[in-house]
Amino acid sequence: MTRPLTARAAGLLSCHVCGQLARSPLVPQQRLRCPRCDAPMHLRKPASITTTWALLVASVLLYIPANLLPMMTTASLMGSQEDTIMSGVVFLWESGSWPLAVVVFFASVMVPLLKILALIYLTASVQSRSRRRLLQRARLYRLVEFVGRWSMLDIYVITILVALVQFQGIATIQAGPAAVAFGAVVVLTMFAAMSFDPRLIWDPLSDSADPAHERPAHD
Amino acid sequence: MTDPDAHAPLPADLLACHECDLLQTEPALAPGETARCVRCNAFLARNPPDSLDRTLALTFTAAVLYLIANLHPLVGLEMQGRRVEVSLLEAVHILWRNGVEPVAALVFVTAQLFPVLELSMILIVLLPLRLGRVSPRLATFYRLVRSVQPWGMVEVFLLGMLVSLVKLSHLATVILGTAFWATAALIVVLTLAARAFDTRLLWQLAPAEEGAR
Repeated sequence: MTRPLTARAAGLLSCHVCGQLARSPLVPQQRLRCPRCDAPMHLRKPASITTTWALLVASVLLYIPANLLPMMTTASLMGSQEDTIMSGVVFLWESGSWPLAVVVFFASVMVPLLKILALIYLTASVQSRSRRRLLQRARLYRLVEFVGRWSMLDIYVITILVALVQFQGIATIQAGPAAVAFGAVVVLTMFAAMSFDPRLIWDPLSDSADPAHERPAHD
Repeated sequence: MTDPDAHAPLPADLLACHECDLLQTEPALAPGETARCVRCNAFLARNPPDSLDRTLALTFTAAVLYLIANLHPLVGLEMQGRRVEVSLLEAVHILWRNGVEPVAALVFVTAQLFPVLELSMILIVLLPLRLGRVSPRLATFYRLVRSVQPWGMVEVFLLGMLVSLVKLSHLATVILGTAFWATAALIVVLTLAARAFDTRLLWQLAPAEEGAR
């Protein structure tokens, strides 16, 4: 079996916007724009691993206040109450709407956490040029890209709650500092997923220039 | 592997998978068929029937629904004889005054600004195409659509509204406004429009200089 022929191995690069193929410039430093749609072309996303790591570190740091600080404060005749993300889930569960409790738990607690962990695993395995579980890692990346947006759920819930519950003297809801941290986590993890280049997962297969590492492309 | 003849035109049906970079020939797709990467199974292309007409019709529908969704209140609440109704912009405004300006900005951008931008950009790109003209700004607008797309989250917003209304249903009577139903319909139409759109059309009608470096 031969090594799989990638665009890079063939001296080509593909436009990430329109998919057009173009020949790599002879001088590697030369900047290239897509001949069809004029987008800047890169062989791989520039500084992909470094950027992804930086965004991941920032997300991990902000994930802590996002979960510990209050997401919202409810002031009513019965007094005032502060809610974190988790206590909001518990409230939904105890009030009997357990399907929604599960949805919110997944979107607000599990998705951001699993997304950060998945991206750490993907970036680390790419950095160590791992050749194992390529297809599974490609699928994992697709999953991360697909579900990431759903963690915005809690931000929207807060928006509607704060906007609607403004009955002065009866009940008001204020947004808490965790909302800012949580919004930042969602945005940062989305940027982290975008800066990660999935083609790096497959690259170790094609650059076995060292004959000692020569190995069939497919199992 | 690289052929010495570096200026020979590249085969038109040659493409590289955008997720694993594998070179492959794009198969001829019958209407309704989807092409996937032979190595990593990533989505490569789809050939939806009547792509341009259907996408345009659905995008127009979406634009009308969007207008309705923004002219009417989204949701309301009735508590002890008092009634509150808000639109999306009012909600963002209240959040802004609440002292969490970054969150208000995020909601405005993801639930209002970017979806509007995306809709209008798609119309700006597709209308001239349908009329057989290729706008010189096609590429610029399409790149804008692509960069805005991941940040438009109308469907997540709708689920967020549902969750918050369930939370409030114990305290007060919840009113679903016209805009709520318009938004729900909008999501269905947007999903159908995205499925009907064949991005390859853009470039087939706007051919580039072959084999440019």
